Amino acid sequence: MKPLGDVAGASLAERVQAAVETAALHAEAVDREGRFPIEAIEALRDNRLMGFAVPPELGGEGAGLAEIAPICTALGAACASTAMVFAMHHICLANLIDCGLESPWHRELMHRAATEQLLFASSTTEAGVGGDLRQSICAVEADGEAFNLAKAAPVISYGEETDAIFATARRDPEAPSSDQVLCVLLADQYELERVSTWDALGMRGTCSHGFRFKATAPTEQILPRPFADIAAESMIAGSHILWSSVWSGIATDAMAKAQAFVIAEAKKSPGSPPASATKLAEAYARFRTLEATIADALSRWAAMRAAPERAATVSFSLAMNALKVSISTIALQVVEDALMICGLQGYKNSGPYGLGRHLRDIHSARLMISNDRIMAGAGQMMLMQRPSAAARKA
Amino acid sequence: MMEQIRELIEQHAGLPPGAGPIGDDTDLYRAGMKSFASVQLMLAIEETFEIEFPEEMLNRATFRSASAIAHAVEQLASGSIAA
Repeated sequence: MKPLGDVAGASLAERVQAAVETAALHAEAVDREGRFPIEAIEALRDNRLMGFAVPPELGGEGAGLAEIAPICTALGAACASTAMVFAMHHICLANLIDCGLESPWHRELMHRAATEQLLFASSTTEAGVGGDLRQSICAVEADGEAFNLAKAAPVISYGEETDAIFATARRDPEAPSSDQVLCVLLADQYELERVSTWDALGMRGTCSHGFRFKATAPTEQILPRPFADIAAESMIAGSHILWSSVWSGIATDAMAKAQAFVIAEAKKSPGSPPASATKLAEAYARFRTLEATIADALSRWAAMRAAPERAATVSFSLAMNALKVSISTIALQVVEDALMICGLQGYKNSGPYGLGRHLRDIHSARLMISNDRIMAGAGQMMLMQRPSAAARKA
Repeated sequence: MMEQIRELIEQHAGLPPGAGPIGDDTDLYRAGMKSFASVQLMLAIEETFEIEFPEEMLNRATFRSASAIAHAVEQLASGSIAA
């Protein structure tokens, strides 16, 4: 195990900044070569940000989404692949903490996540279920105190780099496709066979190859809550918030480039403001809605978590779906606005105003759980939405 | 009331044929009830019992089992949840 970086005396802002700088330094190579952003993940480890959310009594800092989301945004502005790996890792970690605090095995893994700064990945999609998170074909096959699991996964982001995979599966071979559990599988408990290679338009460093894997692990490693509850009550909302934060980061850097471009233009023509300044203001108006929408989602999340039963209502789920769909759409518009402002300087891959990587990366946002699918689900929920008792009294 | 609820579950929960017997405490989600089926079930319950679920009760727990649904309907019918 690599000795962890000394963070004593370094503030959170300094730790984040150190990781962001490393991510920025290698972003171009990661994108060009389609390789895992190992330097940035090491920097996050050195700054002890991978186990950030683990409760203090188990060696972490007990950070919540409100603390993790801004880090996703800061990383997203430097290297979207790094930011997405960080976001997905923290979703897995949140599932572990949400469901595993009563279980000795899972507590030990949380402790390891903090002390060894482990990396976690998830395997939810499966060949044959059409991208539906809430359906599995593969099943847990219990064999005494252990279980076997074989899964065909069209995508596991950083599957070859992770220390553990959180995989959905049917509870047992007789269970219906929607009766799923989430199994924690350590890297030495499975064999991965890569069946397809991630050579994609953007988000190239996430290394989201396709795999077939076979695992054998003790049954105590299966998270005790049904996956249906994990998904409905925390995982989907948490994913939408952290992903949106990453996408907002991409837009943040595109805005910074556009603004730098307009300032340079203004210096060249001291007489009157450049025409691009108006376009910059228009882009900024869109950009502002990103921050505001994420802030609103975080406050709804905090209210849901503070409620005694932590039950996600229909309105909460609808708000989280709307967050994902609107941020993924608006962030893309902001990057396109920035491209129009920077013109050919933005179109060129070299030079200070290049926006090619931003544009390619942000195009993943509407597809990562397709907006069409999300809206179809939201359409069903709209039939259930009712005014709250408080609103009706008002 | 339980009899009516059981009937509504049978009609609307869309449980797969192999779901097995559905008791009052059977977890309907585990038995295979999908999200749109739960919407249909909820609308049917509202119509049958002439009630309207307030936002606060529209979560997964309310529709988890026949007895959970009965509990919610009783609460609404008795007016113990101010609507």
